[in-house]
Amino acid sequence: MSGSRQPLADWTSGAEAIVYQSCSACGAIQYFRRGFCARCGALDPAEKLASGTGTVYATSLVCRAATPETRAHIPYNIVLVDTDEGFRMMAHGDDDLCIGEKVMARFVLFAGRLVPHFTRTRS
Amino acid sequence: MSFITGVGLTAFGRHEGLSSLDLMSRAGGLAIADAGLKRADIDGILCGYSTVAPHIMLATVFAEHFGIRPAYAHAVQVGGATGLAMAMLAHHLVASDVARHVLVVAGENRLTGQSRDASIQALAQVGHPQYEVPLGPTIPAYYGLIASRYMHEYGVSEEDLAEFAVLMRRHALLHPGAQFRDAITVADVMASKPVALPLKLLDCCPVSDGGAAFVVSREPTSEIGVRVRGCAQAHTHQHVTAAPALGEFGAGISIARAKHAAGVAISDVRYGAVYDSFTITLAMLLEDLGLAGRGEAASRVRSGHFDQNGAMPLNTHGGLLSYGHCGVGGAMAHLVETHLQMTGRAGNRQVRDASIALLHGDGGVLSSHVSMFLERTR
Repeated sequence: MSGSRQPLADWTSGAEAIVYQSCSACGAIQYFRRGFCARCGALDPAEKLASGTGTVYATSLVCRAATPETRAHIPYNIVLVDTDEGFRMMAHGDDDLCIGEKVMARFVLFAGRLVPHFTRTRS
Repeated sequence: MSFITGVGLTAFGRHEGLSSLDLMSRAGGLAIADAGLKRADIDGILCGYSTVAPHIMLATVFAEHFGIRPAYAHAVQVGGATGLAMAMLAHHLVASDVARHVLVVAGENRLTGQSRDASIQALAQVGHPQYEVPLGPTIPAYYGLIASRYMHEYGVSEEDLAEFAVLMRRHALLHPGAQFRDAITVADVMASKPVALPLKLLDCCPVSDGGAAFVVSREPTSEIGVRVRGCAQAHTHQHVTAAPALGEFGAGISIARAKHAAGVAISDVRYGAVYDSFTITLAMLLEDLGLAGRGEAASRVRSGHFDQNGAMPLNTHGGLLSYGHCGVGGAMAHLVETHLQMTGRAGNRQVRDASIALLHGDGGVLSSHVSMFLERTR
């Protein structure tokens, strides 16, 4: 996977992809996009496409939503996943996911937007 | 030096027809009278925010409404940690002669001033606007994530967490101002409606109307002084996605700094006032602060350790979970109750000895922390 300094489209802009940034100066990686490295301050970290695989860190099954759009989906499982690339991200997941399970992302529509949804991988 | 010289607290629950300014004014008036001061004595104002009536200059809006012209005034925003952050700032302001008597005040008609959906939706915005909020999380879900991981790492069960809700309710039964005053059991908590599992309805604090205030002064205004012995903060992240590993959260950092600033050890503490937005919040903070060993807080609840007559009475007014949560004023109620306990005015809730108290507040998703030690002087 080659690095790019152009912003890559990802799920936050409607594309079926998870993107992270990697600092060429200090090697730190970060998930929330910025024009600089939050560890060392170097400008223009490289944008990289994540594999979409990882491990479940935490889960919370939402049964009480706050808007009509999200209420249509309850219950839905909010998960934190530690990706194989080493950054943590929030996403949706199958309702029965357990902490420590290996997962892979696909993309689903939620409240009118594309969001990452993790499913258990068979290994 | 600085002293908490007066406190004011309204009942929490429904206050139909009262605005945020009305609730702030009631609490502020009570605190000034409690300190034995007049409005004209107040030369500093710190206030929290209102999600119902947001304003870019709430402190001066309040000062004009209340009828005082302070030499120093502004609002402070650190989520649930705001009340103690204001107490810390007021402490430094009076200690450095910027002001003589600072009124710290907050109040919000969060229950009757907006729909519950609007309240939940407004609070969920502490999440990241691009990487979290589009996923539809709620504040209980952010804490539900923390709870699931904490349970996984430390062998804590849902029944363990339920104990904290039962404890706070038991304390609230003795306070006429508490929003919830029906006894509950662990079974009731377990059977309550799922909100963001593993958190259920009774694991979550309610939305309330209410107001709270206190005065911080350079000198005591009555015989029994309640002195700010030392305080500190820590801020490790904003969003739960960017939170550190469990065990490295800000509470452990801020308490270490506060112990150093105050020259106090946890073994000196006689009363605890700890933020309890959810049962997991209280369980985790007690263990991060060193008021219980890791994974042991629930067993200490079961053994009566945190009861009114226990070794470490905790949130004897019922906390956010049962006294209620009106926003910034919610955690300020913990300080008001601590003051009543330290000055021997807690009536049927009075504990034996509240000579040194530890207060701790958290804002965001365990993002911002303030720890403070108060000491009774004569």
